[in-house]
Amino acid sequence: MVTGIDDLSNMHLDVLKEIGNIGAGNAITALSKLLNRKVDMEVPKVKILEFHEVSETLGGAEIPVVGIMLKVTGDLTGNITFILRQKDAATRVHMLMGKPPETDLEFSELEISALKEIGNILTGSYLSALSGLTNLKMMPSIPDLAIDMAGAILSVPAIEFGKIGDKALLIESEFGDEIKAVNGYFILIPTIESYSAILSSLGL
Amino acid sequence: MNEIIKVVMADLNVCCPPNALTTLGLGSCVGIVLYDPVSKVAGLAHIMLPDSTKILNNENKAKFADTGIDELIYHMKKLGADKNRLIAKIAGGAQMFSFSNNLEMMRIGDRNVEATKLKLSQLGIPIVAEDTGANYGRTIEFYPETGILKVKSVGRQEKIL
Repeated sequence: MVTGIDDLSNMHLDVLKEIGNIGAGNAITALSKLLNRKVDMEVPKVKILEFHEVSETLGGAEIPVVGIMLKVTGDLTGNITFILRQKDAATRVHMLMGKPPETDLEFSELEISALKEIGNILTGSYLSALSGLTNLKMMPSIPDLAIDMAGAILSVPAIEFGKIGDKALLIESEFGDEIKAVNGYFILIPTIESYSAILSSLGL
Repeated sequence: MNEIIKVVMADLNVCCPPNALTTLGLGSCVGIVLYDPVSKVAGLAHIMLPDSTKILNNENKAKFADTGIDELIYHMKKLGADKNRLIAKIAGGAQMFSFSNNLEMMRIGDRNVEATKLKLSQLGIPIVAEDTGANYGRTIEFYPETGILKVKSVGRQEKIL
């Protein structure tokens, strides 16, 4: 019986890592289609971190980031957040909108919609991989987007983790194309009941 | 040597002049500064959740508004603060995402602020300044020498509380 992240064994972590891998792989394929160019991905790193270490991974609590968050309902409940550094998000969205990548960091309303759509596609394909693997139904909500300091954005998923323990589970995936590599971070927070649901659906 | 002591999420610390306290990137969490203007002892807690009694896993006292404030006072007393002289300045409790479809998560910032205010009023500690709510992150710095709290946000003017 899993009652917190601290209870997860190495085997469980391997499973979550593999889920992260498949999920992120699916998400990157979707992104590649969206951008109409080849996007490569490194093997995702799954990390169990103290709350404050999560923002350090992103480059510090004050680094500006774009956070896209969706609520998940169904057999698995919880929420999923996709985080990109603001400058990386700008590069991606400018590419999508056909602007030169070095254009400023401000986003127009249309670009915000495009970013939400990127988040939607990435998290959606992430969840559908997880769903296919576990046979659990998962329905994502419409995405919410916020741009602010990493610490402030991360406080929201951290608080959800905070209800069940003192650590957070972060899946870091580095992806890129011939122009530059971008690090995207998925933070999947299943409710505590859902951890057991995931693991038992996999026969663990 | 002046030092700015960094307080991370779900953490707290205390100090005396010439040192100062800071916490970076407060979102829905609340930064609670307690200060004794006579002894100039200051404390800062970065709390994440309103109520330790509602959570099973509650060993980390600095994570909750209720136990965080008690713990802060305990450490401040050890540095010579008098509980009866304490004043409070609070910041944070923003709603970072609009969450049109999730009422419980939507209100976490507000609930953190409410719980902080309730605990402080139970202890008879007046809140002399606050910058809470809205939808943006805050970095705060507290200088016990002057009692000034600086609040910084992205794309906004620095506030002095």
